[in-house]
Amino acid sequence: MAMLEVNHLSISFGGLHAVDNFNLNIEKGCLYGLIGPNGAGKTTVFNLLTGVYKPTEGIIRLDGQDITGKNTIDINKAGVARTFQNIRLFRQLSVLDNVKAGFHNHHPYSTFTGIFRLPKYFKTEKEMTSRAMEILKVFDLDKEADYLAGNLPYGKQRKLEIARAMATEPKLLLLDEPAAGMNPNETQELMDTIRFVRDHFDMTILLIEHDMKLVGGICEELTVLNFGQVLCQGETSAVLNDPAVITAYLGE
Amino acid sequence: MSFISYLKDGISLGSVYAIIALGYTMVYGIAKMLNFAHGDVIMVGAFVILTAITKAGLSPLLSVVLGVIICTVLGVVIEMVAYRPLRKASSNLAVLITAIGVSYLLQNLALLIFGADAKSFVPVINFPSLTLFDGRLTIKGVTIVTILACIIIMVGLTLFVSKTKPGRAMQAVSEDRDAAQLMGVNVNATISLTFAIGSGLAAIAGLLLCSAYPTLTPYTGAMPGIKAFVAAVFGGIGSIPGAMVGGILLGVIEIFGRAYISSQVADAIVFAVLIIVLLVKPAGLFGKNIQEKV
Amino acid sequence: MKKMNKTTKNNFINYGLVLVLFAVAQTLSATGNLSNLLQGLLVPLCVYTIASISLNLVVGFSGELSLGHAGFMCVGAYSSALFSNVVGDALPSVPRLILAILVGAAVAAVFGILIGVPVLRLRGDYLAIVTLAFGEIIKNLVNILYVGVDENGIHVTTNSSGLKLAAGGKKIMKGALGISGTSTLYKDIKPYFFLIGVILILITLFIVQNLVHSRSGRAIMAARDNRIAAESIGINVTKYKLLAFTVSAALAGVAGVLYAHNISMLKVSIFDYNLSIMILVYVVLGGIGSIRGSIIATIVLYALPEMLRGFSTYRMLIYAIVLIIMMLFNWAPAAIDWRKRVLEKIHNKLPKKEAA
Repeated sequence: MAMLEVNHLSISFGGLHAVDNFNLNIEKGCLYGLIGPNGAGKTTVFNLLTGVYKPTEGIIRLDGQDITGKNTIDINKAGVARTFQNIRLFRQLSVLDNVKAGFHNHHPYSTFTGIFRLPKYFKTEKEMTSRAMEILKVFDLDKEADYLAGNLPYGKQRKLEIARAMATEPKLLLLDEPAAGMNPNETQELMDTIRFVRDHFDMTILLIEHDMKLVGGICEELTVLNFGQVLCQGETSAVLNDPAVITAYLGE
Repeated sequence: MSFISYLKDGISLGSVYAIIALGYTMVYGIAKMLNFAHGDVIMVGAFVILTAITKAGLSPLLSVVLGVIICTVLGVVIEMVAYRPLRKASSNLAVLITAIGVSYLLQNLALLIFGADAKSFVPVINFPSLTLFDGRLTIKGVTIVTILACIIIMVGLTLFVSKTKPGRAMQAVSEDRDAAQLMGVNVNATISLTFAIGSGLAAIAGLLLCSAYPTLTPYTGAMPGIKAFVAAVFGGIGSIPGAMVGGILLGVIEIFGRAYISSQVADAIVFAVLIIVLLVKPAGLFGKNIQEKV
Repeated sequence: MKKMNKTTKNNFINYGLVLVLFAVAQTLSATGNLSNLLQGLLVPLCVYTIASISLNLVVGFSGELSLGHAGFMCVGAYSSALFSNVVGDALPSVPRLILAILVGAAVAAVFGILIGVPVLRLRGDYLAIVTLAFGEIIKNLVNILYVGVDENGIHVTTNSSGLKLAAGGKKIMKGALGISGTSTLYKDIKPYFFLIGVILILITLFIVQNLVHSRSGRAIMAARDNRIAAESIGINVTKYKLLAFTVSAALAGVAGVLYAHNISMLKVSIFDYNLSIMILVYVVLGGIGSIRGSIIATIVLYALPEMLRGFSTYRMLIYAIVLIIMMLFNWAPAAIDWRKRVLEKIHNKLPKKEAA
């Protein structure tokens, strides 16, 4: 069964069809790419999938469960985690605390327990710290655990955002332009990390990206979006050689 | 008839709030800061005018001109010395607290120079009053002048902002300061100009306020300042017609609350209406609702 | 693990700081080095310290600007003073005071929720003006409230003549005249009020510090740093903003209780927006989000005008100037750069000496 199933998804802002009749099927464990020219509506799709916007039409199913129209918090609880095009970290918190914040719903204890330092507080915090350090190690951030997130170099900030999203133990991970602003070396490293996350956690990943080397290098399937509509869908090599896609990217 | 009489009083008080609110809203819109000291500039203006007339024996007109000039200079100096260095501070609370410091400074300077006891303001505005409905309703000259001044100022400001080059620079700075800078707008000069206009208006507001309620202390400006800010928020901060409408509505609500409910809770009513308006329209009556882009 | 130790250490430094200051004040007072005037300031100092620590929870950790803190202090002060006066001699003073503190905190917390639910949707300066408005509304309403007690129970009206009490009834709250005589109910423990104040500061510290360094505190700060990202990882931002706001209100209520029980005449006029602003000044000057800063700034800034009493008329003027200069020095980017350069210069000079 598909991990993500999107049918006839549409939204319009004041008569403008930002996303129109969007369909998508992603199998569990797939590394899927969403590409398209600027303004094609890619981030809007992400915002629809994560409940930032409510669709005017269409159904979104995650692992068989209907999540259409739910709010961001419930969608995250249902198993969708994301990163952002313009990095959104908790800049004043430590790298470790950024990841621990991701555990919010998975290692809960009450405010009362926290204030009065009941045994559960110590036990849960210890668990969280060791789990967080494991995740940070995967992303090669364990040495910077005590740094303020805002003080990390750019490439590491992008990685930390992925680490934080992974801490929410998602079924589906959405990455919005993970390689934006990275140099070729960093991009190469990021590709390895994304592949590792998929293999290690058996994660289903949907990513938006402009870097064709990255897309061609790691995505198994692609959807091309143009003017809010699906232009082409299928296996990566086939899509990238599709004349319609080439035209959309390079112009006539 | 008492209703109309109260309405008239409300519009008159509201016009004063509107003039103060215009200063607030311009400064907020362009410098993006809550200038807590704005109310105290009103007080300074009133003291300057009063002193010029009673001590220096200047003519009322000359005194008012002097008041406006001194407040204008004061506003520009305050901005340059106390606010400008903090414009790029990491928290916008910094400039808020500094503004509070400036407010204390002005109040205590006035306290030192003029003393704590209330001074009675001299009648400056000699304008014939208007009698309507066979003498059942009298509109005082001060009221007429206040309302007229408010209308003239609003129209003047609207034209200035939309039709002149510095006015358009103000709009640009308020929209996006960095972009405006890149487009060659002198941001510092524009902000100075905004403070100059806002503070000059404060002097006029001081005159009108003290003409209607002729007692003057170092703390006279504080509460009207707060209320005018409420008025500006009410109308949608940054909007010139918003400040006008907000100010007048606030004045009318306050006078009605005083007359029909209780003078002790009039302020509470004013603030309660503000809260209700903001809960229904979080950006105020004429404000633009800006959503953060994800 | 190292991190854990660091925060724990930091927390304990704050407890220690309060205890050391307490010991210093007690020693000075025991050796007769503290004038009556200064001794009279010790309990109010505790009041404002609790108020500024609790406001820091909202302004510093939750990142919301509140100008209505005095309103919550007012609610705590009046509800607890009413409680103490109604209960009167039915209870000995120590349990009565403990209950009064709980009443004040609980009523202030309820107001925190009632106000927080609608207004926390607003942002930044809009939230500031609305909290200011709420503070003023509370002040205005308390100002017209008359409460009396007689054998038939508690009576509440909004005008003096409307309070019809049976014979032997007692007027407790008299509108603008407020509540008088609360402190005489606690004559026997009055000398310990400073100690009680310090204990309340420690409790406030305990609650705020432990809250901040817990799951909920992380959620509060995550929501402050990036609301959208916090929601994307399943944090209910509204809930945690409300939590911070309510805890802060309850602790402000406690500050109000201490204030109300320490003075002979409780009047509402003190709880105006100027008080809220004064506390905000302590918080910002002490460093947004720094609890230790709040404590130190409160002590310094509260004591400063009193120290300047010798200059009488000039003291508030000096205070204003000092405030402006400190803000510019602490926050202006140019001043920060300058400080960095100076520190570097000093730093560079030191090793040279060693080398020589």
